[in-house]
Amino acid sequence: MMLKIENLHASIENKKILQGVNLEVNAGEVHAIMGPNGSGKSTLASVLIGREGYDVSGSVRYQGEDLLTLSPEDRAAAGVFLAFQHPVEIPGVGNLYFMRTALNSLRRQRGQEELDAVDFLALAQERMKLVEMDQTFMSRSVNEGFSGGEKKRNEILQMAILEPKFAILDETDSGLDIDALRVVANGVNALRSEGRAMLVITHHQRLLDYIVPDRVHVMVAGRIVRSGGKDLAVELEENGYTGLGQQDTADRTPVGATR
Amino acid sequence: MTTATALGGVLSKLEPRRGDRPNHDPAWLVEARLAALRWVGEHGFPTRKDEDWKYTGLDPILAVPFEAAAAGTARRVSVDMIGAATVDLGGPRLVFVNGHFAAELSRLTGLPAGAEVTNLASVLAAGPERLEPFFSQAPGEHHAFAAFNNVLTEDGAFIHLTRGTSVDEPIQLVFFSDTGGVPLMSSPRSVILAEPGSRARIVETYAGIDGDVYCTNAVTEAVLADGAQIEHYKVQDEPLTAFHLALLDVRQGRNSRFTSRSVMLGSSIARHEVRVLLEDVGAEVSLDGVYLPQGDQLHDNTIFVDHAATNCTSHQLYKGVLDGRGHGVFNGHIMVRPGADGTDANQKNKNLILSDHAEVDTRPRLEIYTDDVKCTHGAAVGQLDEDALLYLRARGIPLEAARGLLIYAFVQEMVNRIELEPLRAQLEALVAGRFGKGDRPPVEP
Repeated sequence: MMLKIENLHASIENKKILQGVNLEVNAGEVHAIMGPNGSGKSTLASVLIGREGYDVSGSVRYQGEDLLTLSPEDRAAAGVFLAFQHPVEIPGVGNLYFMRTALNSLRRQRGQEELDAVDFLALAQERMKLVEMDQTFMSRSVNEGFSGGEKKRNEILQMAILEPKFAILDETDSGLDIDALRVVANGVNALRSEGRAMLVITHHQRLLDYIVPDRVHVMVAGRIVRSGGKDLAVELEENGYTGLGQQDTADRTPVGATR
Repeated sequence: MTTATALGGVLSKLEPRRGDRPNHDPAWLVEARLAALRWVGEHGFPTRKDEDWKYTGLDPILAVPFEAAAAGTARRVSVDMIGAATVDLGGPRLVFVNGHFAAELSRLTGLPAGAEVTNLASVLAAGPERLEPFFSQAPGEHHAFAAFNNVLTEDGAFIHLTRGTSVDEPIQLVFFSDTGGVPLMSSPRSVILAEPGSRARIVETYAGIDGDVYCTNAVTEAVLADGAQIEHYKVQDEPLTAFHLALLDVRQGRNSRFTSRSVMLGSSIARHEVRVLLEDVGAEVSLDGVYLPQGDQLHDNTIFVDHAATNCTSHQLYKGVLDGRGHGVFNGHIMVRPGADGTDANQKNKNLILSDHAEVDTRPRLEIYTDDVKCTHGAAVGQLDEDALLYLRARGIPLEAARGLLIYAFVQEMVNRIELEPLRAQLEALVAGRFGKGDRPPVEP
């Protein structure tokens, strides 16, 4: 098992967001998490990569290790990756330089030899083809002035270069037109492999036409309320999320109760 | 407030030395020096009650019994020491040790006809009347340290570009200090005279020996005639045991263009003051600065831009990174005089605070006495962007390296403006070294 989440809770400023998430992901699998806005999908991604500011309880085992005690950079070194919903613009830091620094940081933490500028450029050029990016993006500052679609492609490019074992894609389809969606999805599909697992967060079924998941989970109000195969996404598209949150309210903590 | 006793002590220590130079000062210079001395006696040193010194206390400087630096100490300094302290830009290079010209360390080749590049003492010896206008008026009466420069200065750079002369190679001025264990006050005075249509790039570097206690009290004056273009760089990399007080005084004629880029790295207390008078139509000035106080350093940027003619333009961008107990000051004042229509002035100050104990005082000021102007100003103080930090860390870049990368990026905007490649590379390395940035290889000199 690559990732095992048990009874994960997270709150921020006393606001409960994750309220007992359970999830298991095996190597080689692609899981989708769907759900309405505010259901906690992005918080789950944030907690998994170690964003500060959350009160977290429960357990996340990644390759048998406790993920929650690791720093964000140690999680990255262990192979966890997040394609951000809102990639950050970093003026003054060149995109190519950023990615080389990132890859070499990972390689250093893993005891591997670093790549020099020439070797890295060759690697980057090869991976850029996956997401149909040209070299002009590499000489610009990280994400600065990129369109929405360019930012998302840049995220997938980083995934292609850093080669994580467990990749989370947070709303990677948001703001993409159909052509850009196809490019991004093709890039992601090319990176599917036996040793790699992915968690695709979306609230549109559309993305899952392109990135076909092995499992689909529905998150409502901070919990996974239903899981199924890829057909579940189609069902959700037809019926919406209405009613899903109520189906297993029996074991939920009543409002106002103390835990 | 400086007490009369302290002032008296400083004055007696810093009496101009006479009779130990082969050529005596001409009468007008003797009078100018005495007038400046009287001025200091009457006005005293600035205190924090003075608007322009509100954030910068001078007590630590006034407490040191400085002696005026004498000529002839350059023999202790080798070319290698200069090479280690600065980057050689390959063109003409004047080296001053403790404010005095060191011919054996200097190189005056590569200059076109029409460019006179020499030292002030030789001008004083050969044709001192050319300097009279500079000593007989401001900036001597601007504040006590500028006045003291008038009293004590014996040497500095003298650059005279005749009409239409263009100097391609950057002219490098290195002010190096080597006290030999005596607390020294060095008072270099440099003069840049740019006749109509002339052009040059001038780089001032200030450096010294770690552990030496001294005070650099430098004045540089630049007079740009119609259409002259001067690009001025200043690197202040004095040791932490030194003090640095400098005034850059600029007067600009019609359609002239002056650019100044300052990098403040060193000194315990450093003040870089720039005063620009735009006195004829269409003059343009661009002032940039970066200051990086850490430890207990104080870096003060005081700027006064005086729009006294129509259709002049001024830009200012100053960026500070403040760490430790570092203290930064940005005190920028733009004056738009009555009738200076068509003025375009902007002023920006951005600060990055890295420590709870660091401090920055930022005071952008506009004083406008005419209607037809376009003026903007703004100041920002912030911390490192947490989202950007997480983004870098989530890609595997460790916290310290991620911080270094973001700080570097903040400063990089300023470093990128430096168009002299070897100087930019040197400053990149200095800045990167300062913030422990991850895996950028050190730049070869």
